[in-house]
Amino acid sequence: MSDDGPLGKFGPLSLHVPEPAVRHGGEPDFSNVNIPEAGSVRRPDVDTNPEEIRDLAFSIIRVLSRDGEAVGPWAGLLTHDQLIEGLRHMMTLRTFDARMQIAQRQGKTSFYMQHLGEEAVSCAFRKALAPGDMNFPTYRQAGLLIAGDYPMVEMMCQIYSNERDPLKGRQLPIMYSSKEHGFFSISGNLATQYIQAVGWAMASAIKNDSKIAAGWIGDGSTAESDFHASLVFASTYKAPVVLNIVNNQWAISTFQGIARGGSGTFAARGLGFGIPALRVDGNDYLAVFAVAKWAIERARRNLGPTLIEYVTYRVGAHSTSDDPSAYRPKTESDAWPLGDPIVRLKNHLIGRGVWSDERHKQTEAEILDTVIAAQKEAESFGTLHAGGKPSARDMFEGVYEEMPPHLRRQRQQAGV
Amino acid sequence: MARKTMIEAIRDAMDIMMERDDNVVVFGEDVGFFGGVFRCTQGLQAKYGKTRCFDAPISEAGIVGAAIGMAAYGLKPCIEIQFADYVYPAYDQIVSEAARLRYRSNGGFTCPIVVRMPAGGGIFGGQTHSQSPEALFTHVSGLKVVVPSNPHDAKGLLIAAIEDPDPVIFLEPKRLYNGPFDGHHERPVTPWSKHDLGDVPDGHYTVPLGKAIKRREGSQLTILAYGTMVYVAEAAAEEHGIDAEIIDLRTLLPLDLETIVESVSKTGRCVIVHEATLTSGFGAELAALVQEHCFYKLEAPVARVTGWDTPYPHAQEWDYFPGPTRVGRALVETLEG
Repeated sequence: MSDDGPLGKFGPLSLHVPEPAVRHGGEPDFSNVNIPEAGSVRRPDVDTNPEEIRDLAFSIIRVLSRDGEAVGPWAGLLTHDQLIEGLRHMMTLRTFDARMQIAQRQGKTSFYMQHLGEEAVSCAFRKALAPGDMNFPTYRQAGLLIAGDYPMVEMMCQIYSNERDPLKGRQLPIMYSSKEHGFFSISGNLATQYIQAVGWAMASAIKNDSKIAAGWIGDGSTAESDFHASLVFASTYKAPVVLNIVNNQWAISTFQGIARGGSGTFAARGLGFGIPALRVDGNDYLAVFAVAKWAIERARRNLGPTLIEYVTYRVGAHSTSDDPSAYRPKTESDAWPLGDPIVRLKNHLIGRGVWSDERHKQTEAEILDTVIAAQKEAESFGTLHAGGKPSARDMFEGVYEEMPPHLRRQRQQAGV
Repeated sequence: MARKTMIEAIRDAMDIMMERDDNVVVFGEDVGFFGGVFRCTQGLQAKYGKTRCFDAPISEAGIVGAAIGMAAYGLKPCIEIQFADYVYPAYDQIVSEAARLRYRSNGGFTCPIVVRMPAGGGIFGGQTHSQSPEALFTHVSGLKVVVPSNPHDAKGLLIAAIEDPDPVIFLEPKRLYNGPFDGHHERPVTPWSKHDLGDVPDGHYTVPLGKAIKRREGSQLTILAYGTMVYVAEAAAEEHGIDAEIIDLRTLLPLDLETIVESVSKTGRCVIVHEATLTSGFGAELAALVQEHCFYKLEAPVARVTGWDTPYPHAQEWDYFPGPTRVGRALVETLEG
């Protein structure tokens, strides 16, 4: 009998369950997050062989330095006006979030999810897309709509499920949908949209079109099997798709290490599929835009998919239904080494001499006025429990293009 | 008009639709080069090129998920799941995504896809090549569920399904691919070339979704069946000399309730037959509808003859399969009841 056997020379097995560096009650610790200097990561040509840029899956592309300067090979793509517009978009999203968060607390809707700290990711990405391109978002990319000039009133009407809700009260708040604005209907189930983005991109290629798709997913949801199916399909058919992973460190109370396992980074998931994988500072508007532009050009030139991991931090709660102080240090967001995307872009613009604290304050006030005006208008059409709401009759519409007999009978029974 | 197998009829439907509409694409496991394990897509890649008909990775969730994205773009994917037994990895994509996309986006995005899959037993396929999961789909709002029973209908229903603006689950009774099957497994196989319903018109035609058909007029009782069980029901009625009215449902969702109610109101007796397991099977829905709409016309309890509530076994296939003996017994009991 071998002495390697049951409880032989190796002893008993034990299960490894990863833990975050620190939990609530402890001192924040990001010493394990390796942050390269801004400007230090090279910018390869978009047609570079993916094999030659595998190291980019383990670094972080950054443009804005600690002093607020735009440095390195990924800098220089945006004009002052474009940057100021980007700043306004992020500020608008933050104000919009703050107002809707309060509206939820006031009982005007059932649920809300804010972007606090992650505004740069969706706002900058949107500006790198062309008309006709399609996003397959998850629930924290409303910057795609704000930066795409989708009317705020419509977003709010959706959140309030009121009589002007473009989705007729059928969807949970913030699960927007707008084909015209390149924003695929948010499911609420996780990861399903990722493979759909690949399918949409394949369709564009089948039709010899020029449009590209962008899939969005969070760090936690990369554990879903749909994520892996997406990478297989994207890799096999070289689909013109940008596959975005927003790593905001937390999946509700679960730290990113539970979904990441032993691969080092989420971007590294792309390497086994031969998909170029880039990691980018998600709190750096300029870096997000530059990397998005690179990946979108790659897709547009029919060179295939790119995987991008945005390294960021979810400053707020996951949603209005959880309290982060129960699972992570209260001051963790202050300790986050990549700072705040709005403050960083603001300081950069001030450093360039095209912005000032005064103008910033003034802009903040203007944006607040605009958001409040939109909110007033939206609320005139009702909120979840008061005022105008979609009719009960609407509930039966749109299940199919043509209502089948059994639904007609049920609508009759319902008496609506 | 030509005599065709159900495989040829299904292929013909896809061929016609690919010819007529550039937006129709066909893909699935082994579907491209090889033409599918049952050969339903044979020749389509050669004829339409590999961007219209192609092989997919072994990822049912990926196949359906990609098809949904393509449909959102504006294509009309007609995809194959190699066996209905393999569809479960794609269940989330079908239930949470395809079925609800039109509703949740208020028509902003739609999902005109057809998910074809061979279903049912009778080929010694064991538990992973024999299942009839129709009730898992009829329970989902937003789907349509079709089960053809012959080449003529298979072609017309598949064309209607591809033209339909909503997602259709298309379950092909694999035991019927090459000929009708009445459950007498010990007897020689009858090919479609010797059956009238093997007559398949050339060119484009549709059999509308949501319409059942009477396979046999009768006065003594009504049998509700679909797929393979239509022939088992015919054999059982004939062998027992029962004047049964046999209704082939063809589409389970939306259901042709009118035809069912009219028939059961006339005969006063109803036997429901399906191959899938009993508990919460589609027969339960049919039985409930019959009692809701025909209660005062009923002269006997509504009977169900189905597969047993076990996994589909291998060696005991014919003990599991609700063949003509079991169906015949239920017919006799319902007449006496």
